[in-house]
Amino acid sequence: MTGSEALLKTLEAHGVRHIFGHPGGAIMPVYDALYDSPIQHILVRHEQGGGHAAEGYARVTGGLGVCMATSGPGATNLVTALADAMLDSLPILAITGNVPSPLLGTDAFQEADITGITMPITKHNFLVRNADDVSKTVAKAIAIALEGRPGPVLVDIPKDVQQAQTNAPIEQPKTKPARLEPNQAVIEKAAALIQSAKQPVLMVGGGACDAAPQILEFAKKTGIPVITTLMGLGNFPASDPQWLGMPGMHGSVASNRAISQCDVLIGLGMRFDDRVTGKTSRFAKNAQIIHIDIDTAEHNKLIPAYIAVHADSAAALEALTKHVSKLETPDWWTKLEDWKARQPKRPTWGAAEAIKMISSQLSGADIVVADVGQHQMLTAQLHPFEQPRKWLNSGGAGTMGFCLPAAMGAAVAIGSHDGGDAKGVRVIGIAGDGSSQMTIQELATLRKYDIPVKFAVINNGYLGMVRQWQEMFHSRRYSEVYLEDSNPDFPILASAYRIPGFAADNAADLEKCIRQWLEVDGPAVLEVRVPQEANVFPMVPAGKGLDEMLDDDPKFLEARELAKV
Amino acid sequence: MKHIFSAFLRDEPRVLTRVTSLFARRGYNIDSLSVGATEERGISRMTFIAEAPEHMADQIQRQLEKLEDVLKVINHADEKFVDRELVLLKVRVSPETRLEIRMIAEDFRARNVDVGSKSYVFEVTGDEGKITAFIQQMRPFGIIETMRTGRVALSRGSNADIASQVYGGESTALEHPLSDVGVRA
Repeated sequence: MTGSEALLKTLEAHGVRHIFGHPGGAIMPVYDALYDSPIQHILVRHEQGGGHAAEGYARVTGGLGVCMATSGPGATNLVTALADAMLDSLPILAITGNVPSPLLGTDAFQEADITGITMPITKHNFLVRNADDVSKTVAKAIAIALEGRPGPVLVDIPKDVQQAQTNAPIEQPKTKPARLEPNQAVIEKAAALIQSAKQPVLMVGGGACDAAPQILEFAKKTGIPVITTLMGLGNFPASDPQWLGMPGMHGSVASNRAISQCDVLIGLGMRFDDRVTGKTSRFAKNAQIIHIDIDTAEHNKLIPAYIAVHADSAAALEALTKHVSKLETPDWWTKLEDWKARQPKRPTWGAAEAIKMISSQLSGADIVVADVGQHQMLTAQLHPFEQPRKWLNSGGAGTMGFCLPAAMGAAVAIGSHDGGDAKGVRVIGIAGDGSSQMTIQELATLRKYDIPVKFAVINNGYLGMVRQWQEMFHSRRYSEVYLEDSNPDFPILASAYRIPGFAADNAADLEKCIRQWLEVDGPAVLEVRVPQEANVFPMVPAGKGLDEMLDDDPKFLEARELAKV
Repeated sequence: MKHIFSAFLRDEPRVLTRVTSLFARRGYNIDSLSVGATEERGISRMTFIAEAPEHMADQIQRQLEKLEDVLKVINHADEKFVDRELVLLKVRVSPETRLEIRMIAEDFRARNVDVGSKSYVFEVTGDEGKITAFIQQMRPFGIIETMRTGRVALSRGSNADIASQVYGGESTALEHPLSDVGVRA
């Protein structure tokens, strides 16, 4: 058996069914072995697309996503996706070929020190020096990617190691390590604090996406309101009256007010990102914070925890739920209900309305993938996420170009391209005219495998989020954000890839287009042309506290004030 | 505040780069760092000193312990420890200064390891205060060059459970202190 065969057999033994990759010189022995392997390879058009597809795959399944690239530029093209997976804690295995061992370090053709380059953006990485080590290294890499707080792991294999013969046994998957249970004394202390709270709030992040039943049970038993971060959307149903929305820079009025005034804040599987906290010195100033996380390095990193619980989210909540009872906090709920009613005023036609119209045609089981920008924040604000692992976006890294390939990975994961077990679950991508063009080449991959992603481009002719900041903080000096004069015609672009395309620039047309777009059997593109200068609100300006949030666009406030006079 | 740490590392390729790159990217200020083999094959030990407020010292420890090849990190601020540093110092000598230099060296118990007609090389071991004082005393004579190892530290007392904490209880070297260090049955 060659090193390449050992690699593929190990992946197979670990239940890997798909690899997103792109071949090249230094990975050809693996591609040769792939020819006889039951693993399906999805040929992407850029390695970054393969990386994001693996992320989408991992996020939807809760398991491993695998991507593969050749040496040098192939490997460096994976870098953005690895950094993205690191910040959003997604278990990715990246396999790269490298130049033959004797040439390592000689500036050989297509050589890049990818283990050096990816050191700060992977959980760990390996350079395999010997074919006998391939199987055990890959098995170890998979275990590292999945255990504890998940993350990306890269395995770099020089070409001669791929070709060399080995008799080393194929490693079988390790039994999953036991769930990390919390310390009982700490749980009892936390429970007592929660029980004494007058204005409590539970804030749930992406680390709690396997704890949705426990979150619901805890919330119902205690009556505590629940906030879900950008990465945590869907971990608590949006239809539940106890849900306050998303916190942070573009969070809901209710969430940000509740954080600013609460006396006990439970942070579950979340890491107090600066986009969530705003100015940290003003964050939850009156609160004692209970921080539950599986990664102790997150405790006290940015916000001091009054009680730090080092445990699996589900395990910690199960333990807490046993020790708490219903909290009677009617005054708190009066305030919360008042804040919940405060929604920003939005124009009757625009990006927000378009996203609402798309959203209204979807079910809670459908998967929604956003790119990065205004449309991302609007989707997070407006789509009612009911279930975990149904919302994909680039939260930590904010990677433009994430949407299309991640949606592709999600669709492959649920088997919607091969008549698998998709069970009517649809995958919807919502991107901007700027972000979509960063990975638009993956339309070819959708076509090749007939992956039925429904991809919407909300086109406002600008890099909208940057333009919004320029409008608010740079005196409307719109520096290098105008795209309208050079944007492609998206339906024509789609048809160039032999994918049906639709376009609408008003609500009545959009209504019709959405229906046709969703009915396409296979991939389809929908362009929605919307007014150019709309902004996303509420908003906490960078560097301000959550209590300094602007509930509404000053443009509207101004207009309202004028109307009064 | 200065914190002195010991870190136990697996002898894997680039482990030092992983550690120092983490220091650099998270902005930790490291005053000194020294690494060497331990009594256990495949495991190195690093002593390093960081200038950091309390909460950052805690972060340094936790972030380091997240690295796959870092087995354990001890912050010696939490316990009693001994630390030493070794310095090699080459000082200019002349017939007029020779005697005085030798007398100062004797006060510091510094060993003269290279006697030349125009220079001496001293080896001196001690804690940071002693080393600094020795260098100060030699400065007026003209220091040609110095090399310091950086501080190394060990916990005081038997702390016999360190093996189980670091090596998962597999160390034979520590269970049998007289056995041939590094050689396993």
